[in-house]
Amino acid sequence: MSDTPTHHWPKPTGSQAHRPVTTEFPGFRFGLIAVVVLFLALLLFAPLVAVFAEALSKGAIEAVKSLANPEASSAIKLTLIVAAVAVPLNAVFGIAAAWFITKYDFRGKALLITLIDLPFSVSPVVAGLCLVLTFGANTAVGGWMVAHGYPIVFALPSIILASMFVTFPFVARELIPVMIEQGKAEEEAALTLGASGWRIFFTVTLPNIRWALLYGVLLCNARAMGEFGAVAVVSGKIRGQTATMPITIEMLYNEYLSVSAFSLAAVLALLALLTLTLKTLLEWRFADQLAAAHRP
Amino acid sequence: MQIEIDQISKEFGATAALHPVSLSIPSGALVALLGPSGSGKTTLLRILGGLEFPTAGRVLFDASDATNLTVQDRRAGFVFQSYALFRHMTVFENIAYGLRARPRAGRPAKAEIARRVTKLLELIQLPDIGARYPSQLSGGQCQRVALARALAIEPRMLLLDEPFGALDARVRKELRAGLREIHDTTGLTTIFVTHDQDEAMELADLVVVMSMGRIEQIGRPQDIRARPATAFVKEFLAV
Repeated sequence: MSDTPTHHWPKPTGSQAHRPVTTEFPGFRFGLIAVVVLFLALLLFAPLVAVFAEALSKGAIEAVKSLANPEASSAIKLTLIVAAVAVPLNAVFGIAAAWFITKYDFRGKALLITLIDLPFSVSPVVAGLCLVLTFGANTAVGGWMVAHGYPIVFALPSIILASMFVTFPFVARELIPVMIEQGKAEEEAALTLGASGWRIFFTVTLPNIRWALLYGVLLCNARAMGEFGAVAVVSGKIRGQTATMPITIEMLYNEYLSVSAFSLAAVLALLALLTLTLKTLLEWRFADQLAAAHRP
Repeated sequence: MQIEIDQISKEFGATAALHPVSLSIPSGALVALLGPSGSGKTTLLRILGGLEFPTAGRVLFDASDATNLTVQDRRAGFVFQSYALFRHMTVFENIAYGLRARPRAGRPAKAEIARRVTKLLELIQLPDIGARYPSQLSGGQCQRVALARALAIEPRMLLLDEPFGALDARVRKELRAGLREIHDTTGLTTIFVTHDQDEAMELADLVVVMSMGRIEQIGRPQDIRARPATAFVKEFLAV
């Protein structure tokens, strides 16, 4: 620490003295920045602008009218319901998984971490087919549910299950590195001070992971609202009933109803932008706490 | 409180962190567990605090068996090596944590908690830092806050893991005197872990020298210095 000897290296001379060693030459730096800006403009910004331009191509009134039709409004409603159920459940499961992995040592931990990542590596379509095979009307569970008036596949439950499957890793993956870095010391300290497990979770663990949790939840939400592949398989794409926003957008697009398709797409993009704005606002509002939490 | 360690051993998988060790600590003593890293001293301290459970053997507090007592029920004030202060709480909230965590029946009223925290802040000679966050404190201040937080629960004993390890030499000297003073005023049985023989010899009434999961020698500092019991102790003290 403070008793480490201080070395006196010879000072650099000439023009190099003014340039920090980690900084590139101006020309190279400019080139790098230009590449990044061009890349962002082409891949992120231009498509976003195009969606809104196409949606508004026949005027704002036409766009709003297209959203008011029953098919579009039912899709918006369905997507919001799916996200409202899937995201909180995944937040709870994600916390539980991250807690289990980081606070306990057990055999097969590496396998469990790999399993959490499974939804990232499995194609959503395959995931959807697996759900149909597991919960379809001709399976034991699915048949029983249908008989009792609650079909799973081609209905809301399977859409929620598919969205949950696809978005499961987001919360856990955000939390695991943070919780590993923070270690168990604060929880142990709370234990020695006499706190119960639940009290420790709510007063020590949760406040320490709240930012990572928020990121995870927001990402999870954005992905849940936008999921197409898995939902396309399990929902049956019934208009006005099981067609979520991405599914409806595709159907409208295939029918050459471009204003309706792009208006709905614009709404979906707006929901995503709203998510990002919310995140930025919270970061800005709680900047002090964020900085405080990062130092030991 | 008198502490009796009776044939305690601890295995982590195939490796033995502690071979059966026995140790009797008189009430009110200030004891140092001294040894190089990997000697089992921290494991022994954590077993006393209830953060690890021994593979075999018993721990007795005032002659009653405490081996299976949960960490919450032991009421051991524990100061961690890296302090483990709650980073999202102010110093005041950190110190008040143990009191607020008590079951409602035994929980002091709000004003009483505030009074006790203020008193503890005075005891560690940092009366004005209650509103600050741990990230705004120096290492030495963090250490003292951790001590105050441990004392707040009115512990039956005080356990400190390398309490001065992460501090520079001047602050270390200061805090040693501080710990001695707090020990003398509270009269708590106090056990601290260290790898620094000067620290152990200067501060403790009783020094327990450990190596490879075994106790090499138990004695007063001057006796250990004068008559090292084993070749290891002799060599360790010569460094």
